[in-house]
Amino acid sequence: MHSLKSITALAASSAQVDSFDGLTIQERADCAFASLAARRGEEAQCAAGAQALLGAELPAPGKGVLGEPYSCFWMGADQWMISAGYAAHETLDSEVKEAVGAAGSVTEQSDGWCRFDLEGARLGDVLERLCNVDLLAMQVGDVSRSRLEHMACFIWCLEPGQKVAIYAPRSSAGSLHHGLVEAAHSVL
Amino acid sequence: MMIDHPLLGLRDAQEFTYLGDASLIDRPDWRSDTAQEEFHDYLYLRDNPAGEHRELWYHEAGDRSWLVVTRNMLTHEITQVELARDVARARGRSK
Repeated sequence: MHSLKSITALAASSAQVDSFDGLTIQERADCAFASLAARRGEEAQCAAGAQALLGAELPAPGKGVLGEPYSCFWMGADQWMISAGYAAHETLDSEVKEAVGAAGSVTEQSDGWCRFDLEGARLGDVLERLCNVDLLAMQVGDVSRSRLEHMACFIWCLEPGQKVAIYAPRSSAGSLHHGLVEAAHSVL
Repeated sequence: MMIDHPLLGLRDAQEFTYLGDASLIDRPDWRSDTAQEEFHDYLYLRDNPAGEHRELWYHEAGDRSWLVVTRNMLTHEITQVELARDVARARGRSK
């Protein structure tokens, strides 16, 4: 048996935390992801299956729902990203597929995406240097995809003006982290 | 420039990329007897109106949807934005 050791998106053994005066950038290595796309003509059945799993309706465009253990946000027309804690839901894609059956297409995304949580009173000052998302206008549950460091990232408002989660392609986690830290350094 | 996305509302044009004339949706049938001529026209012949123009835009840094944007070539005013998916289906393009 091989002795394999999991690593974070930044290729370390534990999640990176960067603290600044007024902002904390926290890598989240504990997330499992699966994407869900409703098949044409079976949108209602897919929504019902997903609702049974999530305990909430699939979110509308530009929205996300935070739940335990499953959270979900809208990615595109008839497409959503579902996430849960990695330790308990390593096979999240199978769980989602079982819930929606033939009404939806499910793809494992845990190896495709990474998440960074940004929290602090100076969040807005840093975020406005990075992308054109209007943080002050965002309410809890608003999710917007926008260009950040030349990448199309999702920005999910967890606490208005105070806390967001940023989702980016995992292979670009280093570039995203560099961009976040650089912006924080220049502002704070 | 702002594009009024049918699902997401007003979004900055820098999130989008431009493809071209929305007539690209009307791809000819390769099995047609006159496919060669039809594909020639499809690929090379474009209207160049001084006025209203329907064009395909891609929300690359957003929800990755294709849009049909109706834009005035003289004023850049955008009068209509539709999901290209809906436009294509209405024309019987989608399988």
